[in-house]
Amino acid sequence: MAQTDIKYLTPPSIEFKKKKYCWFKKNNIRYIDYKNPEFLKQFLNEQGKILPRRLTGTSLKYQRKLSQAVKRARQLALLPYVTDLLK
Amino acid sequence: MQNHYETVFIMTPVLSEDQVKETAQKFKDFLLKKGAEFVYEENWGLRKLAYKIKNKSTGFYQLFEFKIDTQAITDFEIQLKRDERIMRYQTVTLDKFGVLFNERHRAKIKENNEQGPKPVVIDEIIN
Repeated sequence: MAQTDIKYLTPPSIEFKKKKYCWFKKNNIRYIDYKNPEFLKQFLNEQGKILPRRLTGTSLKYQRKLSQAVKRARQLALLPYVTDLLK
Repeated sequence: MQNHYETVFIMTPVLSEDQVKETAQKFKDFLLKKGAEFVYEENWGLRKLAYKIKNKSTGFYQLFEFKIDTQAITDFEIQLKRDERIMRYQTVTLDKFGVLFNERHRAKIKENNEQGPKPVVIDEIIN
């Protein structure tokens, strides 16, 4: 019963979903370099984890290249494995 | 069969400046002896590590980009593993897009250097 009549005091704000696009496909990037941590940080969250595709909207092909580049950068201590307040 | 490789290795910060050059030169000679064709070499100098390696928080980074036979690369990696000055190394085979990227990246850097520093607008300094 409680489930059905949930009344919202204020109508839920339906923000129009910004069309997510794959940044790499748009700029037709062919190779993601692992030596540039500043660039890779855009695709990491505060803890230094790789952002999932549903948030960034990157296509599967480039998400794999991206994660490989991030893992290589982590191996070379250009990017941390885990941290806080990375940005 | 020759592959295009790119190796980055980190040297302990304990070394002095010329020791760093000497180790880099040692590995370069080793590669040339193995018949490598050097494409590019770069030293990023002392850099802060994102996490401690062998409880050191800084290290000298050195980058080699070269073409070499596939058998010879394993000997090179054994050399890197054996040398205790090297904290960490990573060899990456570059596909044609990687090679293209590096060339274009270097060309861009050279072009920026040729233009020299960008003229600083006067009023930026004042306010």
